[in-house]
Formats: sequence, structure tokens, C-alpha cells
Amino acid sequence: MHRRRSVVLTALTALVAIYSLVPLFWLVVNATKTQQGLISSFGLWFDDGRFALVDNIRLTLTYDDGVFVRWLGNTLLYVVAGAGGATLLATLGGYGLAKFDFPGKRAVFAVVIGAVAVPGTALAVPTFLMFSKMGLTNTPWSVIIPSLVSPFGLYLMWTFSAQAVPDEMLEAARIDGAGEFFTFLRVSVPLLGPGIVTVLLFTVVATWNNYFLPLIMLKDPRWYPLTIGLNSWNDQAGTVGGEAVFNLVITGSLLTILPLLAAFLLLQRYWQSGLAAGSVKE
Amino acid sequence: MAISDARARPGRRRRRSLEGWTFVGPFMLVFALVFLAPIGYSIYLSLYRNRLIGGNSFVGLDNYSQAIGDGQFWSGFGRVALFLVVQVPIMLLLALLVALAVDSGRLYGKAFFRVSIFLPYAVPAVVATLMWGFMYSNQFGLVGSINDALHVTLPEPLSADLALASIGNIVTWEFVGYNMLIFYSALQVVPVALYESAAIDGAGQFRIVRAIKLPHLRGALVIATIFSVIGSFQLFNEPAIMRPLARNVITTAYTPNMYAYSLSFAGRQYNYAATVAIIMGLITMAIAYAVQLRGAREK
Repeated sequence: MHRRRSVVLTALTALVAIYSLVPLFWLVVNATKTQQGLISSFGLWFDDGRFALVDNIRLTLTYDDGVFVRWLGNTLLYVVAGAGGATLLATLGGYGLAKFDFPGKRAVFAVVIGAVAVPGTALAVPTFLMFSKMGLTNTPWSVIIPSLVSPFGLYLMWTFSAQAVPDEMLEAARIDGAGEFFTFLRVSVPLLGPGIVTVLLFTVVATWNNYFLPLIMLKDPRWYPLTIGLNSWNDQAGTVGGEAVFNLVITGSLLTILPLLAAFLLLQRYWQSGLAAGSVKE
Repeated sequence: MAISDARARPGRRRRRSLEGWTFVGPFMLVFALVFLAPIGYSIYLSLYRNRLIGGNSFVGLDNYSQAIGDGQFWSGFGRVALFLVVQVPIMLLLALLVALAVDSGRLYGKAFFRVSIFLPYAVPAVVATLMWGFMYSNQFGLVGSINDALHVTLPEPLSADLALASIGNIVTWEFVGYNMLIFYSALQVVPVALYESAAIDGAGQFRIVRAIKLPHLRGALVIATIFSVIGSFQLFNEPAIMRPLARNVITTAYTPNMYAYSLSFAGRQYNYAATVAIIMGLITMAIAYAVQLRGAREK
């Protein structure tokens, strides 16, 4: 079906796109300024004659004995273990719910849906107290373990598995005598690709961007992820004797979001088809 | 294909056995540890009180009656309720309009719009709030720059009157694209045959939106509304990170979530904090349930 393109509709949508992109443009522009330039030059354009992006990046990576690099490493650890594990558990669980009947299945559904409506904050304080009794607070485990559960990922993999893996193929593999786990790995996983990429991206974003959980769980700056670290740099200006390092906060912010933007842009085709397929009913 | 169809038909397409548990078990195990156990522990905590003299003692529903009479709690609650009824409809309507525009096939550069409006979702709340915080500042921020350049005095985004709206703007910026994508994916699976028969009937664009697209979006709208309700009542990151810029306006009890946080970590009142969190959880669940019922009834 060929439809006429509309200039008016494009212009209206462009307004929303500008709203979405201006702060990101602001971030790029201001990452090129010195601490002094941030104050003296116009916010939405470059500082005349002074281009400090390279200096800022170098300073960000080396400031305070290179703590930023340490935070980046922590974030990567939390993402690989947390988001990777969450995707694995959601894929297994969603597939199990879509392709098997088992005693207690309805109870699983009711419990998971019910618990999702409970705000994370209702859980944060008791989780902290529990973890503290188990001696897990202020360790990477306190951030990784809660990140392993993604109810949204479970839901997405459930609808996706139901649609992408035909029962006939599973039945054929079973008649050939293949075990369930072998069938899952050889027959189903290849078909689940776009769904897995979609869930992985959303859990990666959730873990990379997590703030509240590590804020509660971690005291030691050496275990901070980037989000908490950046905010501690920002707060530094307000403390007695603290040095204002807004240029580093801004450049660090830019460095923090680049990997995620790159992942979304590079994997666009996969996660968009995965998301669309996941929203099919029946 | 016909053979496998015939084979699949007789009653036992799926096995009813414990094998499903080997797949669902690992998820449920961790889920029990990080969801169910803390909920149970929360309820336990809310029934006790830690006194200087006498230690930890059972107090029944005393903490709940204290919360019901707690002005600080309710003013925070009123703030997030106001946030919910103003910010959520604006954000979802904007997301819906953009999704319909992108889906209409009438845009130039549709892929560019789809991706660029979605990008803020990949920005951490901390970075988003720091960025907007800088831009809001009238000393060396964007608002200050515009004031200087145009010789005007814009209203201060972080004043008592505007702080909540400024936070609403940040949240809207972060999640318009995410919601747009949820709606857009739901539109992708509308059967083409429906559009074809609408075209044969001579239906216009607006009629197609009303009669075909909106009904197909109902499920996605209900899900997005529920997530937004939960998000509003949980509001924490944006005001907490913004607080250093406006300490007098954004208090430690600005939202119920911030209140519970400061009760436990500054005041060490874990029992009362758990109570506040449970009350918020119950209210959230009730509203989410009501949204779902309404969504189902209108089908």
C-alpha cells in the first residue's frame, strides 16, 4: 500500500525528535568545555577557541587514581553477570511456561504478575536488611543477585516462545527420542534469537542504568557502578572543601551512555523485530 | 506440514509433567529470594517496633495507624498522585501520537524518528537528571544562557511552583520513546487484511485509527498505564538526584519513596519505613488492578 507522505506530520514529529535530541546535543557540546568554559559560554554551542574534549576524557579517566575506570569495570561486571543471568533465567522460564504444562503453572503466573505490581521500593529496604544479615551488602553479590530477576523479560520470552517455536517441531524431536534440554538447545534456541537479543538489551539497560539498588547496597566507592560514581562527583561540589568537577561529571556522563547508544543502534533490527513479535497475542 | 498438523492435533500437544519445572525452577528460585522473601519480611517488620527500652516488640497495626495520621507521608503521596494524573497522560498521549505518526507510513525519514525519540531511554536516570539539572540552572545553565542572550528572566524551573513540573519533564523525556516503541510494536502486528478491507470500504486515515488501530492498542495501553502508575508512585531517582540543587523545595519526604528511604537510612526507623512501603505497595496494586479491570471491561 503506497501512502502519500506528509510534510506537516513530519514537521510535528520532528518537534518531538528535537525535544528528545537537544539534551543529548547539549551533553556532547558541553563535554568539550573546560570547567571555566561551562560557566562563561552559551549552553547550546561550543566555547570559542577552546576545545577540551580530549583533555576532559583524559582527566575523567585519570582523576582520583582512575576511579572512573574502576567504576566502568564494576558496571561491566554487574551487567555481564546480572543482565546475562537475567536473560538466561527469563529465556528458560518463559520457554517453560509457553511449552509445558506442569502442576503449579497457574500459581507461578499469579505470583509473578502479583509481585510485579509491588513497587521495587517496598522491597528495597527489607532486601537490604536481609542481605545485610547474610553478609552480602557492600559486595558485588548485593547488586548482581536482585538483577537476576526480570519479570518483564519472563513475560516477553513467554509470548515470544509461544509464537516462535511451533509445537509440531518439538513433538517431532520428542518422537525422535531427543531429551527436553537437547531439544531446547538445538531446536528452540535458534528460533528464539530475536527474543533473546531483545530481553538482553532491556536487561542490560536496566542493570547499566540502575541507581536505587546499588545506592542502598553499597557503601564502598570501590564497588560503585558508574551511575553512583557520577552522582558522587556531582555532589562533591556541595561538600566542604570538595572540588567542583562539573566538566568531569559531564564528560563521564557522555562516556557512560555511549556504549548503550551504540548497542541499541547496532542491534536495532534484532530487538525491534523481537519486541514486535513478543507483542503478538495467542 | 499437513502430516505434522494431524499428528499435533490429538489432545496431548503439551506434556503434563514436572519437566516444565526444570525450566521455570531457576527463575522461581531467585524470584523467591529477591521478591517473595522481602515481601514477607516487610510485613513482619511492619508489625514490630524497636524501642529504646524493651527492644523489639510486637505492636500489631500501630505502625499503620501512625502512617494514616502522618502528614509528611500524605503530602508526599499527594505530590506523586498529582504527578500521576498530569504527567502520565501527557507522556502516554505524546507517545501514542508519535507511534501513530511513525506507523502511518506518511513520514519522511521514519526510521530516524523512531530511533532518535527512543534514544533517551538508554540514558541512565542519573545522567538524565544531571543533564536537565545543569540546563535548568539559571546561573550557568541553559536557562541562564537564554536569560542573558535574550535579556529576559524566565521562571526558575527549580522554584517551589515549578519543581514538580520540571521533574515531570525529565521523566517524560526519558520514557516517551520507550512507550512509543511499545505502542509501535503493537501496531506492527495488526493484520494487513484489516487495512485492505478498510481501504475497500473507503475509510479515511482517522477512521482507520479509530476503528482499527486504537482497539488493537488496548492491551499495550493497559500495560503502559500500569507501568507508569508503578513508576509514578515509586518516584525517587529524579527528585533525589535533583535535591542538592533545591534543598528547600525538594525535601527528604518529597515522595513516599524518598520518605521511606530517609526513614531507614538517616533515621534508622526500619519498621516504620517498611510500613510506609507496604501502604504504597497496596495502593499501587489496587490502582494497577483497577486499570486492568477497566481495560478488560472495555473490550
